[in-house]
Amino acid sequence: MNEKITLSNVHKTFGTKKVLRGVNLSVDEGQSLVVIGGSGSGKSVMLKSILGLLRPEQGSIKIDGTETIGLARHLRQEIDAQMGMLFQNGALFDSLPVWRNVAFQAIQNQGFSESDARDLAVDSLALVGLGPELLDLFPASLSGGMNKRVGLARAIACKPKIIFFDEPTTGLDPIMTDVINHLIRDCVQELGATTLTITHDMTSVRAIADKTALLYKGEIIWHGNAEELAAADDPFLLQFVNGRAEGPIEVEGQQISAAGGGQ
Amino acid sequence: MSFSPASEAAITVFGLTNKRPPIGQTGKHVTAFATIGRFFIGFFAQAGQLSLFIAETGKAIVQGPFYFRMIGQQIIRIGYLSLPVVALTSFFTGGALAIQIYYGGNQFNSETIVSSIVALGITRELGPVFGGLMLAGRVSAAIAAEIGTMRVTEQIDALTTLSTDPFKYLIAPRVIAATLCMPILALVADIIGVFGGFVVSTQSFGFNAAIYVQSTVNFLSFDDISSGLIKAVMFGFIIATMGCYNGYYSKGGAQGVGRATTNAVVTASILILAANYLMTSLLFSA
Repeated sequence: MNEKITLSNVHKTFGTKKVLRGVNLSVDEGQSLVVIGGSGSGKSVMLKSILGLLRPEQGSIKIDGTETIGLARHLRQEIDAQMGMLFQNGALFDSLPVWRNVAFQAIQNQGFSESDARDLAVDSLALVGLGPELLDLFPASLSGGMNKRVGLARAIACKPKIIFFDEPTTGLDPIMTDVINHLIRDCVQELGATTLTITHDMTSVRAIADKTALLYKGEIIWHGNAEELAAADDPFLLQFVNGRAEGPIEVEGQQISAAGGGQ
Repeated sequence: MSFSPASEAAITVFGLTNKRPPIGQTGKHVTAFATIGRFFIGFFAQAGQLSLFIAETGKAIVQGPFYFRMIGQQIIRIGYLSLPVVALTSFFTGGALAIQIYYGGNQFNSETIVSSIVALGITRELGPVFGGLMLAGRVSAAIAAEIGTMRVTEQIDALTTLSTDPFKYLIAPRVIAATLCMPILALVADIIGVFGGFVVSTQSFGFNAAIYVQSTVNFLSFDDISSGLIKAVMFGFIIATMGCYNGYYSKGGAQGVGRATTNAVVTASILILAANYLMTSLLFSA
């Protein structure tokens, strides 16, 4: 199967802090990879590096076989046009109504007329279970769950080949979490897209992952499919999956060991 | 050997001593050098970042694509909605200037003196400078707050992932709009400022309206007005660039946006005054 995204030995440092220390990762075409890891493990930096928002000092990031680090802006934009991204807090444009947000890329880069763009927005919102009554609302008047769903509608509006999800269920209630997870699964299946999700929500992992990778201190320390995840005995993975304070994973600001933690 | 307190201080700051300090006492020297070093590195890093930002903005303005809807929106926000502020500022400035000149120079032929100095002062200096400073407060702050909020809420990242260059979509329209609007606002400020002087002079000092207008028209030259408008173009560029630059690089949530807004107003105001001095020197010394 073709590798859609490939990261090789990716390093990223901020000042003296090494955030990514040689990340190696690949996502096959049509596959849903979920990267898990605690706060500060480097998940967001890794995602931003893939999206071209940050430039790693070392390593290689290939999308569809094309090296993206140092790529000229106009060539990068051609790659971006095949990608969709759902940001953690939606990142909807405050100054634009919902329909302009959803059809933004179609209006700006694909020359859609306003009426065609509105139709596209209606179709995309329908895919995430939202009706046309939202079209003219502004993001400030939407709830957190709706914000995410509109963000998802924007991410899938132009039928991208690759979709990224940044903590898609963070801050949502359990019911809305399940709704978003199912929407992601359904949308991805319908579009046949390759997806990369970063999260620390194990419910999302079980719902949407074909493969899972664990990022710890800027390195991928475990990866495998759903069956391997269920059967894994890696102590780092087990601590994370079971949500235990005790274990080998260092919690930010303190060291909790099996012997000393929780006392 | 003993040194004066000032020399001691210099030796401590710059490490000018042959004596090797005892182990454990080198921290003071390192700290002083590190502080100076950090200051200069920070200064040059900022200057470099600003230069690259301006170059990138210039490229976006020249190359396109042009977002005419955004440019139109910004012309309304920056130009049209600033009209009342600029008009009021300039009206009262013109009036105050007339009072100052009248009482300061009433031993001379005040009817001609007041009208000519008001016209000259407003068109050459006060119209564009006060207009620019008012816009630095109103527009630079608003731009920095808006773009800063977009930065911290990942909206600028979202733009990039949607294959849209933030410099072309966000920065260029604001800089184009401010650079186009500022000279028009300065012209409005000129007219209303002169009118403010006229109202005060005719209503409070009993000047003859026809003579006042005639003397203003006779005294003003095209160069007086055009020099103010040329300055205003530069002020418009400064106002939008400082707002965009500080907003674009803001970080650290609400506090960072607040800091960006303050920096935008302060740097825009100082640069307007410095640019005004430089341009006045260039335009009037030739």
